[in-house]
Amino acid sequence: MTSNPAVVGQRAGTRGAAGTTPAVPPVRRRRRTLNPSQWAAVGFAAPLLVYLVVFYAYPLWRNIDLSIHDYTIRAFVQGDAEFVGLENYADVFASSTFPTALLNTALFTFGSIAFQFSIGLALAVFFRSSFRLSNLLRALFLVPWLLPLIVSASTWAWMLNSENGIVNSVITAFGGDQINWLTSPDTALLSVTIANVWLGIPFNLVILYSGLQNIPGEVYEAASLDGAGAWRQFWSVTFPLLRPVSAITILLGLIYTLKVVDVIWVMTTGGPGDSSTTLAIWSYREAFGTGQPDFSPAAAVGNLLIVIALVFGFLHLQLQRRQEATS
Amino acid sequence: MTGRTVWWKTALGVFFTLVMLFPVYWMVNVSFTQTGDLRADPPHWFPWDPTVEGYQAVFAQQLPALATSLLVGLGCVLLTVVIAAPAGYALALLHLRGGRTLNFLLLVAQMIPAVVMAMGFYAVYNNLGLLNTIPGLIVADSTVAVPFGVLLFTAFMSGIPRELLSAARVDGAGPWRTFTSIVLPVSRNSMLTVSLFAFLWAWSDFIFASTLNRNGDLIPITLGIYHYIGNNTTQWNAIMATAVVASVPAAILLVVAQRYVAAGVTAGAVKD
Repeated sequence: MTSNPAVVGQRAGTRGAAGTTPAVPPVRRRRRTLNPSQWAAVGFAAPLLVYLVVFYAYPLWRNIDLSIHDYTIRAFVQGDAEFVGLENYADVFASSTFPTALLNTALFTFGSIAFQFSIGLALAVFFRSSFRLSNLLRALFLVPWLLPLIVSASTWAWMLNSENGIVNSVITAFGGDQINWLTSPDTALLSVTIANVWLGIPFNLVILYSGLQNIPGEVYEAASLDGAGAWRQFWSVTFPLLRPVSAITILLGLIYTLKVVDVIWVMTTGGPGDSSTTLAIWSYREAFGTGQPDFSPAAAVGNLLIVIALVFGFLHLQLQRRQEATS
Repeated sequence: MTGRTVWWKTALGVFFTLVMLFPVYWMVNVSFTQTGDLRADPPHWFPWDPTVEGYQAVFAQQLPALATSLLVGLGCVLLTVVIAAPAGYALALLHLRGGRTLNFLLLVAQMIPAVVMAMGFYAVYNNLGLLNTIPGLIVADSTVAVPFGVLLFTAFMSGIPRELLSAARVDGAGPWRTFTSIVLPVSRNSMLTVSLFAFLWAWSDFIFASTLNRNGDLIPITLGIYHYIGNNTTQWNAIMATAVVASVPAAILLVVAQRYVAAGVTAGAVKD
């Protein structure tokens, strides 16, 4: 789900992920008219409201319910799971997997974001001035983002295969040693991070590029009149003016990267051992990854993940609100 | 700005694009490689002696999966538009009370990890008997697209000129009439954008498919690939051929959606 663009930077002046949001007016104008057709409004929103209650609120409530009972497959069928309060959460915190998963989540998330963002920004700056074929090439950069994650993940898995992968073949051709990318605990997390960086570059490129388009050309003209070179222009003009868009890109990236399951699961299933297990993978593995589903701890880990995602989410909303106030 | 041709920038751009797209090339290359050559050292950089046995395997074994994915994708599009378009109308033009709160809830909804939703859905579907069913999968997949759709429709519809709406009111059109004969036709491009993304996400979904539909008779193509990887790790040409076929909608989207998205942006630029 790294590639879920959501509606991005709606109010931040960007044109939304991949320019999908057609030029958006900054803030929805609210009128305090006592509209007699309020009933009509409720009527039109009713499907959504029902949908949110039935397909969002209810599953989430069931998830909390799972985490405070001791659900086994048998209890699932018979519906007589024992109430255990916060015991599942205590078990999760006490588990030896917990510190590993937390650290892996942090490394995977921040590692992915750092490289996605800096590569995306460099490319956005590169594509800023149009040149022959620039539009076509920029469109081609979207390809990794549009491919199903399982397709990208399995391609990377084959490329990083120890004996037959193209990556090792190039390394050994230059006299290096074969690296067991996916099967060694030292490199498994690095491997999935590389694949995830590749997946995230298009998203960063698109948003940062549209952010760059909003910087007026005169600013650059003024800077170059003052004798600022390309390097100086980037650090004194582009970077400061792009800060609001950058902040939002990074925070959205964090929220999406926290949720990643597909890529890691297909490439390493979180292994070897726990070496590439993140919180999301841990949750998935407990619930669905083994023959012995253990829903209760899985739900506890999942809820923990929601809390972390929401912290970053609220930070994101806060940031957006502040930018709205200043713009 | 571009008076002279900056050829070196083009050359550099082509180079970057080639590096970026190398995995995609590799996927296509492997899909045409003979099974015997898959483990060749050094690997074949180009399928000089191409085979379509991988693709034959896809069409022999994966057609039901492709059809399932198509069905799930289309169902997801329908469900998403039916829910999101009227909601966007209510939020953007009918001044729904509590609209701000609803907007906020939709933003929060987008932050919830799919794996958590999958567990909740599993528990709910287990009781309702919806596990391993197509409608169940369609509903689960739509949870990704619905919040996005509502936010996008709201953003677009609040830009529809008020004069258009008051003219309709003068002509005696009620909210429903206004919605079907003015708002929807004007929002055609946003509808296409929402539909395309809803389709693509449902088509690409792995998490919901692998949890809610893992024992189903009709599995989507993503699970088809996944089972392939689990079953015969030797036939990577067949796996990559399936991957290529599964990427076709993405390729179409890249060509088609660009046009509609561009149209949507210009439509937005023309309005007030």
